Amino acid sequence: MESPQPIAKLEVAQDPNGQIAPLANTGTSEIADRFFYVAMLSCGLVILVLVGLIVYELMTKSSLSWHAFGLKFFFRSEWDPVNDQFGALPFVYGTIVSSILALVIAVPLAIGVAVFITEMSPRWLKGPLAFTTELLAAIPSVIYGLWAIFVLVPLLRIYLQPWLAAYFGWTGLFDGPPYGIGMLAAGIILAIMVVPIVSSITREVMTAVPRQQREAVLALGATRWEMIRTGVLRNARAGILGGIILGLGRALGETMAVTMVIGNRPEIAKSLFAPGYTMASVIANEFSEATGDLYLSSLIEVGLALFILTIIVNVLAQILVWTVTRGNPARANA
Amino acid sequence: MGVSIKVDKLNAWYGKTQALYDITMEAPANRATAIIGPSGCGKSTFVRCLNRMHETVPDARASGHVEIGSMNVYNGTSAVQIRRHIGMVFQKPNPFPTMTIYDNVAAGLKLNGFHNRARLDEIVERSLKMSALWDEVKDSLRKKSGASLSGGQQQRLCIARALAVEPTVLLMDEPCSALDPISTGKIEELIFQLKEHFTIVIVTHNMQQASRVAEFTGFFLLGRLIEFDKTAKIFTTPSDKRTEDYITGRFG
Amino acid sequence: MPETDIAVLHHSAETISIWRRGVNGLATLAAAASVVLVLAPLIAVFGYLIYKGIGSVNWAFLTQTPKPPGETGGGMANAIAGSAAILFIGSLAGVPLGIGAGVYLAEYGQNRMGNVIRFTADVLNGVPSIIIGIVAYSLVVLTQGHFSAFAGGVALAIMMIPTIARTTEEMLLLVPNAVREAAYGLGVSRWRTTLSITLRTATSGVITGVMLAFARVAGETAPLLFTAFGNQFWNWKLNQPTAALPLQIFSYAISPYDDWHRQAWAGALILIVLIVASVSAVRLVAGRGMLKGTS
Repeated sequence: MESPQPIAKLEVAQDPNGQIAPLANTGTSEIADRFFYVAMLSCGLVILVLVGLIVYELMTKSSLSWHAFGLKFFFRSEWDPVNDQFGALPFVYGTIVSSILALVIAVPLAIGVAVFITEMSPRWLKGPLAFTTELLAAIPSVIYGLWAIFVLVPLLRIYLQPWLAAYFGWTGLFDGPPYGIGMLAAGIILAIMVVPIVSSITREVMTAVPRQQREAVLALGATRWEMIRTGVLRNARAGILGGIILGLGRALGETMAVTMVIGNRPEIAKSLFAPGYTMASVIANEFSEATGDLYLSSLIEVGLALFILTIIVNVLAQILVWTVTRGNPARANA
Repeated sequence: MGVSIKVDKLNAWYGKTQALYDITMEAPANRATAIIGPSGCGKSTFVRCLNRMHETVPDARASGHVEIGSMNVYNGTSAVQIRRHIGMVFQKPNPFPTMTIYDNVAAGLKLNGFHNRARLDEIVERSLKMSALWDEVKDSLRKKSGASLSGGQQQRLCIARALAVEPTVLLMDEPCSALDPISTGKIEELIFQLKEHFTIVIVTHNMQQASRVAEFTGFFLLGRLIEFDKTAKIFTTPSDKRTEDYITGRFG
Repeated sequence: MPETDIAVLHHSAETISIWRRGVNGLATLAAAASVVLVLAPLIAVFGYLIYKGIGSVNWAFLTQTPKPPGETGGGMANAIAGSAAILFIGSLAGVPLGIGAGVYLAEYGQNRMGNVIRFTADVLNGVPSIIIGIVAYSLVVLTQGHFSAFAGGVALAIMMIPTIARTTEEMLLLVPNAVREAAYGLGVSRWRTTLSITLRTATSGVITGVMLAFARVAGETAPLLFTAFGNQFWNWKLNQPTAALPLQIFSYAISPYDDWHRQAWAGALILIVLIVASVSAVRLVAGRGMLKGTS
């Protein structure tokens, strides 16, 4: 409470000349304002220029192989640098299979974590749990790869793969010698990397569902899980799907960890134990050693395809997420 | 000393919607003029047209003639220059959150290039005294942030900030609507004192406040100035029926 | 109703509810299990980093350059220095351009052009970093004829700009419009208001965004593979192939030498400590609230 005080006696000091004092001579700022606007606009335009450059460079530098092989480039399996024969099908296959495998593993886990944090966890645990899942996103890909080579792969080779072959070998997905390295390892490490993205978007859209929806379902006598299923998850469906697709986008472009454990063999095989190759990995592995213009051009063409693929996937995801969260600036690219 | 504000055929638009129609009036020097009317009648828009704040809204424009003393507001001078001679206090107190009390009061001067330390000290003290805040903050001028004060104090800080640039005219857009009654009372007392030196235009939705502080009152309705006269007359024997309906609470 | 019917009704109500309660419990279990399954690799990764790396992080490691393959010993001093140099170059362009773009989006960008730039920034954020590496290779390495720290910096800058732009925009939009109006009312020009008032108010948030972008690119390997390329020796020229910490970790990890594997763990430990330190510092700063005053 402010104590009442007598208002001070007012004295308006006047300049000796009685003029309005200190600011009498400041000029207009129109030029400066204009200049500032142009400067800021230019910074924004740089972004447009960058994307334009990317498209331009990818297209011009891949024109050699485009003219040599045409669209069939993506349907051929032969990758023979010695004889200048290039076909990208194994990489497309490897990228898609490893990403889908990653999603199959990651999505249930990510949604489970999100559900736990938003609806089931005690209040004091929410923050730390959220923080630690986001910490997963901060670990660089190369460190995941390092850990995968020396910890995950031996685990697979010694325990998981024999177990899978024994009980699920009939599916045909677990044939061949259990090297540890291969598509399965790539899928698992990708899954770990994708979980934080899907989980954080799921959490965001779940929290966006208004409390009234939850209360309405509870008032009908639902258990907590039923409330979550029908009151929250159902409403957040579109956003969760967006999160999943965003995770897919991340998985498609992931390079280092995958390169370190997928085996880097341009082969197409049904078994998850077999080594494979992804679009990002072949570029990472072979780019600096690519002798010959056609070789380099083919690699860049693979890059162009990857670029287009990830853009389509990411745009789709952004649209889905935006419809639920109404255009909050994207924090999804953790 | 204050100057009078002459308004002639002022029109204002937000995009395609017209908000003010041919406003013509004169707010006399060294008096307080209240602007009253129901929500959406254009009173805030009107006051913001006087110092061309209206233009900060995208797609907003105004036309007409406004003279503040000898300063012609709409003749092509840059809005920024105009505003340096007019003080404005807003509905919700808005001190600069990252600045100390001292820096808040001096902001109008420092940001416009005036850096004379000794004079600044003088002006800050004077402005805070004029807005009846000096005694409460004189020991923590540079230590406390503007945002750490109470609501009423913040508003007085904003008044001090507006006074520091030595305007001739003070525009107040519902300055007390976010404050408690005691702070409101203090600010009304302040207006009484400030009238001696400034011309004040105060927008208010509180008719009692208008009758307490203002000698003249203008009643706005749907973007038009319905009646402008001495406050006493407006509140006892209004000429227009619409004014009478508003005063007696039949709508509003 | 006959008694038996009521009994049947009650009984079936109970069994349904037992089933539903069971499902509810199962769901809770499944969710908790996912948390455990997700945290397990996190703990495992950090655990192994410390377990395998801590013994090898010593003064020699931090100050020496690599020894020839097969020999034990040596360190990653050049890689740490190289990373610092590349990050510095990248930030030099990435931070001002990113903040500038963010200012544009927040203060001038509520229109068609702003939406185009905003959308494009999000697109750019989603481009795989290896592609950015290809482009930087094409723009810089091919033109200059050699790998360089500069090319690596360009690649990282391209990655930093859209990230910083969006976070800066977000932070600036949090500044209430009333604060800008207060400045306009005092006759402060638009550019001065944006810099001295709006940006100043959002400073800690903007810095948060910059540090997050910085931490993200610090760990990137792919864009450096054919720009900075890596180097086993000290390199003080920005125009030559330069070592970088993530690059070194990668090439050591896939090498056949045990001693290099050991050093890869050590390098990884250093890298993760630096990144986690910046991310945590950012959380602390952000937690203190960006719009509060100095008190």
